[in-house]
Amino acid sequence: MGHEQKYVDKKYEVVGTRFNRPDGIDKVTGKARYGADASAPGQLVARVLRSPHAHAQIVKINTSKAEKLPGVKAIVTSADLPDLTGGDQGLADILENCMARGRALYDGHAVAAVAAIDEQTAVKALKLISVKYKKLPHVTDVDEAMCESAPVIHERIITRGIEPAPTKPSNISARTQMGYGDVDAGFAEADVVIEKSYKTEQTHQGYIEPHACLASVNPDGTSELWVTTQGHFVFRNVCASLLGLDIAKLKVTASEIGGGFGGKTHVWAEPVALALSRKANRPVKLVMGRDEVFRATGPTSSTSIDVKMGAKKDGTITAAVAEMRYQGGAFPGNWAMLGCMTAFACYDIKNNKSIGWDVVVNRPKVAAYRAPSAPMAAFAVESTIDELAKEVGISAIDMRLKNVAREGTVAPYGPTYGPIGIEHTLKAVKDHPHMRAKLKKNQGRGVACGFWFNIGGQTCTDLNISVDGTVNLTLGTVDVGGSRSSMAMIAAEELGIPYDQVRANIADTTSLGHNDMTEGSRGTFSSGMATVFAARDAISVLKQRAAKMWGIPEDDVVWESGQAIATGKGHGNLPPLSLQEIAAKSGRTGGPIAGHNEVVADGAGMGFASHICDVEVDPETGRSTIVRYTVVQDAGKAINPDYVEGQFQGGATQGIGWALNEEYIYGDDGCLQNAGFLDYRIPVCSDLPFIDTKILEVPNPLHPYGVRGVGETSIVPPLAAVGNAIANATGVRMSHAPMSPPRVLAAIDAQGNAS
Amino acid sequence: MRVSLSSTLQVDSGLGNALDVHAETIAELMASLTDRYPEFEQLLERGVAVSIDGHIYRDDWTQLIPAQAEVFLIPRIEGG
Repeated sequence: MGHEQKYVDKKYEVVGTRFNRPDGIDKVTGKARYGADASAPGQLVARVLRSPHAHAQIVKINTSKAEKLPGVKAIVTSADLPDLTGGDQGLADILENCMARGRALYDGHAVAAVAAIDEQTAVKALKLISVKYKKLPHVTDVDEAMCESAPVIHERIITRGIEPAPTKPSNISARTQMGYGDVDAGFAEADVVIEKSYKTEQTHQGYIEPHACLASVNPDGTSELWVTTQGHFVFRNVCASLLGLDIAKLKVTASEIGGGFGGKTHVWAEPVALALSRKANRPVKLVMGRDEVFRATGPTSSTSIDVKMGAKKDGTITAAVAEMRYQGGAFPGNWAMLGCMTAFACYDIKNNKSIGWDVVVNRPKVAAYRAPSAPMAAFAVESTIDELAKEVGISAIDMRLKNVAREGTVAPYGPTYGPIGIEHTLKAVKDHPHMRAKLKKNQGRGVACGFWFNIGGQTCTDLNISVDGTVNLTLGTVDVGGSRSSMAMIAAEELGIPYDQVRANIADTTSLGHNDMTEGSRGTFSSGMATVFAARDAISVLKQRAAKMWGIPEDDVVWESGQAIATGKGHGNLPPLSLQEIAAKSGRTGGPIAGHNEVVADGAGMGFASHICDVEVDPETGRSTIVRYTVVQDAGKAINPDYVEGQFQGGATQGIGWALNEEYIYGDDGCLQNAGFLDYRIPVCSDLPFIDTKILEVPNPLHPYGVRGVGETSIVPPLAAVGNAIANATGVRMSHAPMSPPRVLAAIDAQGNAS
Repeated sequence: MRVSLSSTLQVDSGLGNALDVHAETIAELMASLTDRYPEFEQLLERGVAVSIDGHIYRDDWTQLIPAQAEVFLIPRIEGG
């Protein structure tokens, strides 16, 4: 059934209010079942042997001793995962990342895996596996990897996006260019030109729950996978392709998820667990240790970025150029391309150009991390804009407002913007009491803006009405941030019933049609749309049943406030029929009452945010303390403001961690030196003040309720907001994130020495 | 209808900055481009999204394209 996707302004009863999340009690009492909380009779324990070298040829793997160890039931190497990818290089890269094929490409790359009756036996077996390596030259730094002298990691990589195409392989997988206008002419118009270089280090999504799954493959080809994931349907399809399984015969159930932030959009060890189970003919549980999560699963890119911007004395930015180098780990990605698309997206700059270089290095395969690639680009651009503002003598906010993108502005990636909210956020920041709060000694205030596209995707939803009138809402998008609550609210809104009469559940892959990954801030946008349509589908059935109960034409029935109302001549004396009354009679009026919807939810609304950060810098240690922080973001429509605020706060927190402390540290041997939370420091509660939020609602024209995505944009501004605050506190411009105490202290000392 | 290509797709495809195509839906647009420019197939495999009047469509090829719409081909993006 076709449904109207366009936004309609209306008064809401349930949407926009605040309810506790339906999974809350289970989570705070420890009942919730995460990836590691499943078990099966006869299950084995899996452990993975990983490369201790940054880059090495695998000359020989001898598993014979390990196989003879009592309790070992299966050992797999790449030989047990034959290449069934049929020339699909992206899929082949995933396969090779799950298990090294002839070469270990980074420290931590899986080379073999064991399934045994218990963990001790599995660990012992790993030690009995003999791997003969021949070490190869390695490179882990993005700039070094681009040098002609760098060891070439993949002979097959010829840089795409250059004319004429290079004849020799290199570590540069692609060159991207975005923008329009004449930047040379723009710089010629400028009264002030600022040119600076920046670096950002590699960070991990830092989800508290490690990757974990329970795999079970039967000899008849049926199989099951319980897994912590952001998208069990996509995991099903990818795992089935890699292992040669029939998609419908692999049932994947998404566990509760203890954080993903993009890192659980990719398969890492799940195909290995399935391969072990297939070989052992027993269920296999695989839970990564924290060090494995750091060494072998999805960090974001480290980057090196040059920015040049010019402005007139009145603050008009006349030209902007960014050249951005992003490493994607050991496999090609499109991370620099995303940097190019987002770098100048908040502004209306007549002449702009972004050049991106996607580079491979001997590090783990990069995965999406909350608005992937945008925070690094924003760090460079938003820092430079502050420098420009100082040079021309305009406040940081007025400089941004002077150049802000609006409806009708041409985006750097080509199209013209529809209704967008960046100007609204900046004006809200300008008027916010935070901006008028007094600062103390050694404190500074910074602002910064951020953009992320948001996406939609394939979505499928069922809504079933029970005979007592309560409702089961069955969703296929994994709930990573409270979406079950939001979806239940939307169903209640449409049906006209209380929120607590709706229970939202996430279905396994055998119970619902395909749903794309919960990524790109799409959960509430996409499943929200499908829920609206499924509920409207159910309402049409409810109206039909009411008509039958009354014996009147369906066209004479309308649905208002949770009840069917007879309209038209002669029906005025019929009392309304509630949803409960209609449901109670459903067995006699045609059977169960349900609504269903499958949709490709496209037309996601773009997300814009502006942040304010107050920081206090200790001039003796270089330690920066966040004193106050405010997030202002356009949500389109906040279904449950509690969770929208939670997303704003979570994104800001992760961005602050990135800005101040988090970084992968590699030794000269190319091995990761801080693969644990003791040495890789994410923010804890005592590091942060309460993060204030302000939700703005500029409706997305292509969602019935005006919803935009909210999950990612909030991580984009913090790096620059913190950097700008530190610059205002100390007079020192930090160009290398994280702006950790040693780096800040060194910069302060260098400035002192220079002056 | 005038279909514009974002800078990076211009370089990747060698098709220039804009093309004239007759199409009423995204599916017709893609079919027309693939018929006329076989090299466009490679771009499609890597991922192309269509922006219609500033709204980005990644997957819904049934989407109608209004006669006077601004149509842009951009790389297909994913998120975190």
